[in-house]
Amino acid sequence: MDIRVQKEPFDLGAEANAFAARQAGMGAVVTFTGIVRDLEGDLDTMEIEHYPGMTEKALAGIAEEAARRWQIGDALILHRYGRLKADDLIMMVATASRHRADAFHAAEFLMDYLKSRAPFWKKEVTDAGEGWVAARDEDEDALSRW
Amino acid sequence: MDVLYFAWVRERIGHPKDRVETRAATVRDLVEELRAREERYAAAFADLSALRVAVDQELSDFDAPLGDAREVAFFPPMTGG
Repeated sequence: MDIRVQKEPFDLGAEANAFAARQAGMGAVVTFTGIVRDLEGDLDTMEIEHYPGMTEKALAGIAEEAARRWQIGDALILHRYGRLKADDLIMMVATASRHRADAFHAAEFLMDYLKSRAPFWKKEVTDAGEGWVAARDEDEDALSRW
Repeated sequence: MDVLYFAWVRERIGHPKDRVETRAATVRDLVEELRAREERYAAAFADLSALRVAVDQELSDFDAPLGDAREVAFFPPMTGG
């Protein structure tokens, strides 16, 4: 398991290639990437705050739970914090498995859980002002399917 | 113990951390003590349904006992991903 919380940008292609290259006997790698959206066309920055210490523990716990539920050989969770711009990559997950179903399910599980169980908070700064992004009921509801 | 605040809770209180001497038995008791400090604390803790709490870096709830907890954190629902 590879858990990284960092301020710096990451190279999605390089990370995905490196992750795939270190798997032995795995027939499937699934990746997901989250990107900063500018829905109203007025986003200046998105600031991501997190809880150092707890964040890493929460992410590791979520990855361990995924490994208990599905046959995955490896998982990567990489999440940025700090000041981001529209179209910047926020985070990625990757999972590796012998067969694709487990890799897909585990990746979705990681995403659903890290959205509302890992201590990150997003603030949008726009021309009109700034505001914390509210948690969505759908994100909380998504956990019940697991 | 250290009491930490994140996101708008931190902004409303005005700083990220307090060092607190307390005999509060539960998280809720600790919240009552904090509310009594100053108006900005009362404002931050006005609606507990809008808050989440972690005790020693594990998600917890307001009725949880504090025991020997060294770190309690208050923050809004998380918005990662």
